[in-house]
Amino acid sequence: MKSIGAYFIFLGSMFVRRESFSSYFKLTINECISIGWNSILIVAITSTFMGAVTTVQTAYNLVSPLIQNYVVAQVTREMVVLELAPTITAIVIAGKVGSSIASGLGTMRITEQIDALEVMGVNASSYLVLPKIIAAMIMYPLLVVIAGFLALYGGYIAGTMTGILTETEYVYGIRIDFNPFTIQFALIKSVVFAFLIASISAYQGFFTTGGALEVGKSSTSAVTKSCIAVLLADYILAELLLN
Amino acid sequence: MIEINNISKSFDGTQILDDISGKFERGITNLIIGASGTGKSVLLKCIVGLITPEEGEVLYDGRSFLKADKEEKAQMRREIGMLFQGGALFDSKNIEENVMFPLDLLTDMKKDEKLDRVNNVLSRVGLENINKKMPAEISGGQKKRVGIARAIVNDINYLFCDEPNSGLDPRTSLLIDELIQEITHELNVTTIMVTHDMNSVMGVGEYIMYLARGKKVWEGNSDNILTSGQEDLEDFIFASKFMKKLRKTL
Repeated sequence: MKSIGAYFIFLGSMFVRRESFSSYFKLTINECISIGWNSILIVAITSTFMGAVTTVQTAYNLVSPLIQNYVVAQVTREMVVLELAPTITAIVIAGKVGSSIASGLGTMRITEQIDALEVMGVNASSYLVLPKIIAAMIMYPLLVVIAGFLALYGGYIAGTMTGILTETEYVYGIRIDFNPFTIQFALIKSVVFAFLIASISAYQGFFTTGGALEVGKSSTSAVTKSCIAVLLADYILAELLLN
Repeated sequence: MIEINNISKSFDGTQILDDISGKFERGITNLIIGASGTGKSVLLKCIVGLITPEEGEVLYDGRSFLKADKEEKAQMRREIGMLFQGGALFDSKNIEENVMFPLDLLTDMKKDEKLDRVNNVLSRVGLENINKKMPAEISGGQKKRVGIARAIVNDINYLFCDEPNSGLDPRTSLLIDELIQEITHELNVTTIMVTHDMNSVMGVGEYIMYLARGKKVWEGNSDNILTSGQEDLEDFIFASKFMKKLRKTL
């Protein structure tokens, strides 16, 4: 409970004694590149295979002659858009970006770079963390859109190349009974997940004490806690928005 | 001048600083010395506001730092420069950006003016043509010099140095100590330096406060430290065989 309280105090501290807008703008752009652009490759690879595997496994389970082939694509779409693209990508991003944020801030803490900022009168939590959270909340939804698109494309390649279903059946399955709210739901989830990953990782890194070993521990802890928070938020959002 | 009155601080029930008072005059190098774990760095962090003491007050030329509101504190921080043990240079910025950082944040100067200022202070600390290098590409001594340049780039009134010669060879240590002393005299700033290096103490100690077990045990200067008659301090000074031999000659 003490940690949760400290986490909320930490979040609150970012909004007092802020620096000029221009200094945040440049930092946020840099973080957008670091968090978003530099994650495209890993997101592309994981999501393409995720879609391909989903299609193959769905086809494996739907063996009844009463079920038409396009249903495989329909199930793939629902799984990818509702769950796999936002949530599995969040787990991947927690591993890549979360650990990077925690270890970066942890190193700054133990090498007194954060103290140096404080001595200069800079609100270090606001200056270092706020741009990361804003950048994550901007870039992660874009990554989820890319992940969703590539996962469906991966499903298409796997489905058509292995003869599970034809191109026409796949495209028909993707389009039939499409509920646009699922996209909104995925984007809402992505913004919440981005906030959780960036803020929890930053919190873990910002309050690192000790040396290099503790930086590693902070990084591990950031990934573990971010993943738990993402899964918990995933359930809460599903209850709130889908029921 | 910086005045500290009755500073006390404890962590998890352990008393680290116990009722410490003292005055650090402008224009001289003030040293806080003592063995490892006596609370020197904690005292320095209390003075610069990185740690809030449980009791006591810190006065910057009569202005209470602890009682100041956010605006006053921000203004006072603009007058502070600090050199950290490892230099604390920002890894992601090159040397020029590191030194320019306080100017970027705290002034409205134009880019050309800032660059002139940066080159001036880098040249003042004896560094030239390293503007575009990254902190990882320079030596420990150069990092300390860049740290000093960053600390003095903004018009400061107070300079704090936390073990500025830790990890440096004796010759480079001496150069860094002399540089800090020269800058102190030249800019007429109030300098407080934490150290346990006896070369520094004897070389630049114009005012020395000795701490032991969280208490101020002695104060004086490098002229009278060897003949203080204070048992704790003498144990600290004459800890090595060389110094023990020297003691016999005194």
